[in-house]
Amino acid sequence: MSEPTLVKNRTAVAGIGQTKLGKGLPDTELSLACQAISLALDDAGISPSEVDGLASFTMEPNREVDVARAVGLGDITFFSQVGFGGGAGCGVVGHAAMAIATGQAEVVVAWRARKRASAASRPWAQAQARLADLGQWTRPFGILRPVDEIAMLTRRYMYEYGGTRDHLANVAIAFRKHAARNPNSTMGHKPLTREDYMKARWISEPLCLFDNCLETDGALAIVVTSAERARDLPHPPALIHAFAQGLPPNHQTMTNYFTEDPLRGPAWTAARRLWANADVGPADVQVAQLYDAFSPLIPLSLEGYGFCARGEGGPFTDDGAIEWPDGRLPVNTAGGGMSEAYVHGFNLVLEGVRQIRGTSTSQVDGAEVSLVTSGEGVPTSAVVFTKDRG
Amino acid sequence: METKWLLPDLSEPTSAPFWEGCARGELLVQTCASCGLPRMPPRPMCSSCRSVDVRWEPTSGRARIWSFIVPHPPLLPAFAEYAPYNAIIVELEEDPSIRFAGNLVASADGAINEIDAATIEIGQPVHVVFHQIDDVFLPRWVRD
Repeated sequence: MSEPTLVKNRTAVAGIGQTKLGKGLPDTELSLACQAISLALDDAGISPSEVDGLASFTMEPNREVDVARAVGLGDITFFSQVGFGGGAGCGVVGHAAMAIATGQAEVVVAWRARKRASAASRPWAQAQARLADLGQWTRPFGILRPVDEIAMLTRRYMYEYGGTRDHLANVAIAFRKHAARNPNSTMGHKPLTREDYMKARWISEPLCLFDNCLETDGALAIVVTSAERARDLPHPPALIHAFAQGLPPNHQTMTNYFTEDPLRGPAWTAARRLWANADVGPADVQVAQLYDAFSPLIPLSLEGYGFCARGEGGPFTDDGAIEWPDGRLPVNTAGGGMSEAYVHGFNLVLEGVRQIRGTSTSQVDGAEVSLVTSGEGVPTSAVVFTKDRG
Repeated sequence: METKWLLPDLSEPTSAPFWEGCARGELLVQTCASCGLPRMPPRPMCSSCRSVDVRWEPTSGRARIWSFIVPHPPLLPAFAEYAPYNAIIVELEEDPSIRFAGNLVASADGAINEIDAATIEIGQPVHVVFHQIDDVFLPRWVRD
């Protein structure tokens, strides 16, 4: 058992809420954010006036002032944002937990709202003609989109470790199967076969259409409060057992080609702190939500968080190992970013909570340890939710 | 002619000497003037000795392909015109920890889609050439 930390088991997710997830939703991003937060507060049985903390992404388009005013929140004494896009989600949860554990707030709402058509959602498509930032080292050569950046690492991964497109297909097919059981997923109605995968059009070789996440409109929110208070609220608490952020030395976000070992990403840094602060380890995790903007992030995350050795993340996905219900580690049980919805990975947080509550549409029997991770390939974060035994 | 190609801002001070080198046909690496540690991309401090003094060292211009991709649409219009094209990462022959992004071409002014992508392999030896777009000289790579 690791040393107690200020965070361990002191706080819990007491409420979750989400809007419809889909394409072309008529609501504004602000409206979506407010609706998700309102639903999460109702789910928790907590009044908006009691909210005194806010946490979200630096890429979140809605400002704290606008959200707080519209929803009717109280005096806000803590507000925080976490950077690096899809790497932020679990860090946001962790900041909420730290705020409560350190007495800076009592009820913290964390959220993410996103519309695919919004100016902030596809930064690559608005790239300026003259680059003064790190983009100058890759974009003039046509390495333009996130998928190009990850495809470059994927090719090298395949070369070094013998990873194959079959491994990536395992990932895409597993998540689609899970989405088919989730009525809120946006792709559950479309089955995906291995043949479909192999015949799909390229986006950036070696990655094809089905290696990519979706583009989704929607918002999701959670309510975090003390474990003590959460025990008196309507739903079983999902204890925030441990969380960590990770930014390794000499790291360059998505275009991380300029360091000695580019395939050893931020997940390794987050994992070291996460497992050091937890009473559980990878072998105890019964269900995982691993950030899947692109399918190769799954083998890389399986390796980074210690579920297998370097280079074994591809073969780990064979024989249905990441599929519910019989796989040794069901992953992305609501369909993930590739088949449920892509809301910068925040939907993974809610599914991690549902697994502890016992309300997932692909529920792992008796799940007591539920891991959620944020984007590998950028400064990242992860959280372990556990069932309350207290 | 106004181009839609994505190009570096040559006035950005940390990296400007690299691009000035390219314009002279030299592939330079920013190097710590105090301890001699090379670093790429350029940055304002040496992560080993924390000196802010730099010099720009010439390289052999010889490298190996470290990885490559073949992007397909949707892409920015200037690049979509050439899709599918290749983009590569190379590691310097004399110091594999120094890498550059580029395109594999048959000659300095060739198109970025002129190489049959099926012939590209990790490990292939290449050497640098320079291609001018507007006032920028981009390093590109030709197989030996």
